[in-house]
Amino acid sequence: MSEIRFRTMIGMMLALGVLSAATPTRAERLIVSVSNHRVTVTPNYSGEELVLFGSVEKDANTPSTRTAYDLVVTVSGPRADMVTRRKERKFGIWINTDYREFLKVPSYLALFSNRPFDAIASPEVERRQQLGLNNVLLMQRVGPDYADVVPNDPFRSAFVRLRSEHGLYREETSAVTFLTPTLFRTGIPLPAEVPIGTYDVEIKLFSDGQLVTRTETAFDIVKVGFEQFVATSARQNGLVYGLVTAFMALMTGWMASIVFRKD
Amino acid sequence: MQLYLPIADIPVNVFLILAMGAAVGFVSGMFGIGGGFLMTPLLIFIGIAPAVAVASVASHIAASSFSGAISYWRRRAIDPALALVLLSGGVIGTALGVWTFTLLRSLGQLDLMIALSYVVLLTTVGGLMFWEGLRAILRVRRGVAIPLRRSGSHGWIHGLPLKVRFKRSKIYLSVIPVVAVGLIIGFIGAVMGIGGGFILIPIMIYLLRVPTSTVIGTSMVLTLVTMVFATLLHAVTNHLVDAVLALILMIGGVTGAQFGARAGQKIRGEHLRLLLGLLILAVGIRFAVELVIRPDDLFTIREAGGAG
Repeated sequence: MSEIRFRTMIGMMLALGVLSAATPTRAERLIVSVSNHRVTVTPNYSGEELVLFGSVEKDANTPSTRTAYDLVVTVSGPRADMVTRRKERKFGIWINTDYREFLKVPSYLALFSNRPFDAIASPEVERRQQLGLNNVLLMQRVGPDYADVVPNDPFRSAFVRLRSEHGLYREETSAVTFLTPTLFRTGIPLPAEVPIGTYDVEIKLFSDGQLVTRTETAFDIVKVGFEQFVATSARQNGLVYGLVTAFMALMTGWMASIVFRKD
Repeated sequence: MQLYLPIADIPVNVFLILAMGAAVGFVSGMFGIGGGFLMTPLLIFIGIAPAVAVASVASHIAASSFSGAISYWRRRAIDPALALVLLSGGVIGTALGVWTFTLLRSLGQLDLMIALSYVVLLTTVGGLMFWEGLRAILRVRRGVAIPLRRSGSHGWIHGLPLKVRFKRSKIYLSVIPVVAVGLIIGFIGAVMGIGGGFILIPIMIYLLRVPTSTVIGTSMVLTLVTMVFATLLHAVTNHLVDAVLALILMIGGVTGAQFGARAGQKIRGEHLRLLLGLLILAVGIRFAVELVIRPDDLFTIREAGGAG
């Protein structure tokens, strides 16, 4: 319970910070859209790429000196608690010993920008705006407290590395392309293993190292087909699922005894 | 043909799984055992999570032992009273096993315990069987008669109270060791994803002195009921039974078993024991090697259960 409250608090603080920073200088508006708001994953789905389009709308308040923009797109999938464990050699064999619990971390996380994060903003802004996998907040339970740790913490880096190996965490600093100075696009690759659920897309516009404005959109990933039906019933109706499986086993055994009856 | 396994969460080749089921079925038919001790490791070796392998193989064993039990029932080779007493222990053992399985899983030590149990159990049983088979072969070579049954050598087991007469097996035996055997087999079956026939049958023959006419049929009833029960419990508590995987294994398994049974009748008993011993020993050693060599990646991630 307390972790949820803590998260909400952080969320509110962040939202307030963004608002207070953005409101007085608001002069641009972001208009975005994804190519598909509902991605269906069929049993033979082998990965897909969504496209995010958008444009920067200037208005009268826009300083005339402002010409170049930077853009950072953050896509985060449904959140879940995850445990990272480390094996160590004990008594001659490899055993899971130490572990860290990551709380409500995104199951899918992608960060895209038009150029390297350190060229877009100062390290301080990078940290505050969570630019890059090293700066994204990944809450851990450390004893009785909740905190994120330094990016080179072995558990944090192993977590990010393992998720990246499955294509579920990614960071590409050249994925966003400006077609015109105000029109941009980026691809959002979704590998075969994407978890189902709602994906939040956050688009942040920077100019001269400062956040100018931000907007959000979302899309859903749903799985369909027999496999998904099986997986859902196993989770939601364990008893019925178990009974059906056991019955299926008995039927198979019984049929085999008829087919291969020797006497 | 690729197929996505819904619970194991990986794509597999249907024909590979079918072939594995048939191969294990062949071996199990040949030796008159369930074959779980081969099936579970094979699934783990091709990349299926040990927890899913254990839970799914339970239903596969249920299928093969049911077809076996039916034919033994027709031949009146099952002792219902003995089976019932074994089951009273077996059901409790299975429940304890699934509970332990869930506990170990939440501690992150399930995979290790499965591997360790396999190493200990398989190297011991395999080694003993191999040794016993080897000695039998040597004795036959030397032309020494094998004392089939040392009559009169009643051990401590036959001094226990609560004796019951098991009519079809023609034995007079205390229920305490029978319930205990059922309990142990049910427990290790649920934790390791094996029917336990390869341990149960020697125990019943050598320790409980059950005659060979009823031993296999009766042990199959225990395997059948404990595995059906284990399937149910694994499905309810851990949601790890992969029905698609289980179905492919069953189809391969029951088919392979028929051919295995025919092949088994052509091989001499001691050679069969020697081969089975070697096979069990090999699987045990494979697990031991896996534990000792440094894993490719020291870190693993798992979604914390229940959080959705």
